[in-house]
Amino acid sequence: MLAWTIYISFLGALALLLLPSRRAAWARILALVTSLITFALTLTAFIQHRSGEMFTVASLPWIPSMGIQFSLKADGISLTLLLLTGVIGICGVLFSWNVDHRIKEFFAFYLVLIGAVYGVFLSFDLFLLFVFYEIVVIPKYFLIAIWGSTRREYAAMKLVLYSFIGSAMVLVGLIAAYVVAGSKSTSLADLAGYPFSPHFQMGAFPLVFVGFAILAGLWPFHTWAPTGHVAAPTATSMLLAGVVMKLGAYGCLRVAMTLFPLGMAPWGFHVLGLGSWRDVFALLAVIGILYGALVALVQKDFKFVIGYSSISHMGFILLGLMTLNQIGISGAVVQMVSHGILAGLLFGVVGRMVYARTHTRDLNALGPMHLSKAIPFAAFTFVIAGMASMGLPGFSGFVAELMILIGTWRSYPTLILFVAIGLIAGVAYIWRAMQMAFFSGNETPSAPPEHPLPPISFPERLGTGILICASVIVGTFPQLFLNVIHPALNSPLFQGLRKGGW
Amino acid sequence: MNAINYSQLLQLLWPEIIVTITALAVMAADLLFLRRAALRVRFATVAVLASAGCIAAILKLLIAPAQGTLLDGIFLSNPLTHLVQAALLVITILTLLLSVDSTFTEHVGEFVLLLLLATTGMMFLVASQDLLVIFISLELLSLSVYILAGFDKRSPRSSEAALKYFLFGGMSAAFMLFGFSLLYGFANSTSLVQIASAIHGLPLNPILVLAIVTTVIGFGFKIAAAPFHFWAPDVYQGAPLPSTAFIASGSKVASFFIFFQVLVLGFAGAEGSATRHFQSGWVPVLIAVAVASMLLGNLVAIVQTSLRRLLAYSAVAHAGYMLLAFVAHTQQSLGALLYYVATYSLATLGIFGIIALTEKQLGNDTISGLAGLSRRAPFLSACLFIFLLSLAGIPPLSGFFAKFLLFASLLAADSGSRLFVGLVLFAIAMSAVSLYYYLRVLKSVYVADPPTEAEAIHSSLLMKTVIGLLAGGVVALGCAPDLLLNHILKVIHASGL
Repeated sequence: MLAWTIYISFLGALALLLLPSRRAAWARILALVTSLITFALTLTAFIQHRSGEMFTVASLPWIPSMGIQFSLKADGISLTLLLLTGVIGICGVLFSWNVDHRIKEFFAFYLVLIGAVYGVFLSFDLFLLFVFYEIVVIPKYFLIAIWGSTRREYAAMKLVLYSFIGSAMVLVGLIAAYVVAGSKSTSLADLAGYPFSPHFQMGAFPLVFVGFAILAGLWPFHTWAPTGHVAAPTATSMLLAGVVMKLGAYGCLRVAMTLFPLGMAPWGFHVLGLGSWRDVFALLAVIGILYGALVALVQKDFKFVIGYSSISHMGFILLGLMTLNQIGISGAVVQMVSHGILAGLLFGVVGRMVYARTHTRDLNALGPMHLSKAIPFAAFTFVIAGMASMGLPGFSGFVAELMILIGTWRSYPTLILFVAIGLIAGVAYIWRAMQMAFFSGNETPSAPPEHPLPPISFPERLGTGILICASVIVGTFPQLFLNVIHPALNSPLFQGLRKGGW
Repeated sequence: MNAINYSQLLQLLWPEIIVTITALAVMAADLLFLRRAALRVRFATVAVLASAGCIAAILKLLIAPAQGTLLDGIFLSNPLTHLVQAALLVITILTLLLSVDSTFTEHVGEFVLLLLLATTGMMFLVASQDLLVIFISLELLSLSVYILAGFDKRSPRSSEAALKYFLFGGMSAAFMLFGFSLLYGFANSTSLVQIASAIHGLPLNPILVLAIVTTVIGFGFKIAAAPFHFWAPDVYQGAPLPSTAFIASGSKVASFFIFFQVLVLGFAGAEGSATRHFQSGWVPVLIAVAVASMLLGNLVAIVQTSLRRLLAYSAVAHAGYMLLAFVAHTQQSLGALLYYVATYSLATLGIFGIIALTEKQLGNDTISGLAGLSRRAPFLSACLFIFLLSLAGIPPLSGFFAKFLLFASLLAADSGSRLFVGLVLFAIAMSAVSLYYYLRVLKSVYVADPPTEAEAIHSSLLMKTVIGLLAGGVVALGCAPDLLLNHILKVIHASGL
């Protein structure tokens, strides 16, 4: 059944394109129904497979002469991320209820993007995974270039080229692995089980890891992300930060680290105190955490604050992966979910609730508008989302970052200090943005403004509610997800990783 | 040398004979009966007649194939040549259908005659392993397409294109003939196999080096590889559209195939090597040509404003990718090459079909002129979307799978070679560049707003059907590559190349 998440999304996109022009307003409903169905499917699958072990969704021969299969499988990690995709998918539609320019095409591209994301999370065959991974690239371009704002064409092209270069690196690594393993199969299990020489793994691991990590916002390859997020329309920002960046992190874990575990082994010599690729990427991740947070602290554009905060939070995920211990990696997966939800929420507030009403994102200009009075719901949401994003207990961010910190403590105790600075800066930039955007008008306005801002609509409230609930659920019952993530990490697939690590 | 067996010759040559007879019949029909009819009627009737002839030849090739070899490979007929010939005939049919709506000439019969003669030339070209026959059929093909390029007598650009094409083509043919004569002097035979056995085991001598270089120049011109590509932008831009489509697809398929055969069969033993120990031969030469083509084609395409010129430079780049199959020179890489060139031809034909329609109404082929096309012609835009992304190598379209196959075959040829990994990295990085300029076209089509008084683009049902079929083919071959790939691999094994 789970495979239908992909098919239904693509069919929904097709149906949208075939929709007669005078019925264009139905596009929203159709998109919402499609994403609801896919969410229901993922939820059912999540409830059915509480053990978290790998199960087969579909397996058909696809290109037998090359040993390529249409093979979809899911385990606890992918189920968790599928669920996230389902939630973000629904909320994205709700937050773009106000789109009315070329609405059919908007939702068609949107659904293709969602369908391809489902495809990546479900693929067990690397060729198939790559196909879906590349399909993601194209709709992003058009969503940003047609419906975006600030410097949209530049941002869209930059984002696409970065993604494409990343996937090109992945492709080279995959072809090399496929050929070295005898050109018999592209199944993840077969390739992960093949004993690649340590020399080969040392070369292939950084190639594939960086290829995926470009999409996960690894410093210094992150520059597409802030510009892309800022230019994108609200729903696309939500998807980009919420799930597309997770594709990169997922690829790092699922492909790069399982295929080439020895690539993270020590080199045998030290350069600037770094002894392995693992050290290098852990350091880059920490730089990303610090850099993202510090740059977010000085932004004038409200959306850039959130854009850079994403870099910072994605740094936590990559750091969690590089700890190579169970708590660190499962923390990374929980952080993927947590950041997906919170980034969605923050972009929803900034892009839809504030920018779509005030038509400015300049923090200095927003202050005098008394937004906390004009749209109190937006202020309220931002406070909640901001607190969750800072890592206040009870919300998802706390659990995830705590787990990653414990993991880091075990593997890289010295880095903890810098991560802590990043956390403090995280509190500061949220506080600053919140204060400047919502609470900086000194005296109460004497007269009501001439053009009152339109009130927050029902779809926005609904989307906000869903996301806040999701964050609270993850924050208070993380066991719900850890119960499926741990068995997945203990499965034979990650055996090579376990041998070298925890 | 054994005596020629004429009845066997007739048996083997049936498809070519059918195409030639069709060509003459079409010419006669047009001159005798259709002189006074409206232009579109003439084009339609003639295209139907010619397509019928091509279909008959395809049926002959696929249903009742005769196999055999005449006179040490002067003419051969095996499953592989049948497949390539059938592909060439399909391309000819598609070109004919795309030309039905053209208005560039009144000499319909002559146009189709030349098209079919060029096809005959290509069919002989791919079915020979003898230098003399290869050269003659290459000239038959070339002379026909020179005239096709200049067929629009009202357009000075078309004449310019034909003249440039002819001058460059004549030069490169002279080079090639010179190389062939050296080979003949060396091996005392024009048969590729004999030449290979004469070369075999000897160290590379200057005569052979010269022969290799001149042969590469001659064929490099036909496939528009850098630095022999100078004719391509002008011909792509100036020639009437059906001719351009034909030059960009059919002529490429035939030339790539025979180029591969000449090198792999004729110069077997002179490959040289560039991987671990450098050894001069044709592989290092082709690596240089491939890298130059990829680099120049992709970088120059970025700055083009005319869609036709952009396609010309992208053709140079694609020639570079395809030359990587020569570098690998294995059975698998021949399969990848054939798959690549076939799917590339489909996409190119489709794009030229779309340009034919838009150009007629917009009056130019600039990229900015296509602004807002998606609002004016949604179906054509969707097809253009598919074709361009396939050329850029985005899955699940056939262009992606072709690239995957090609790169995999290159790495498989010598999986430990750093040079090959480097080549693949370079090629993929260059395809990221190509995505940039293909997206520029699509940006104009989808993102930019149409001019205010823009009307819908009209297109006949026939054109829409043909373009739709091509787009469907590109998608289908990408989603289910085994449809074609299995067959290609089977016939390559069967013919034992």
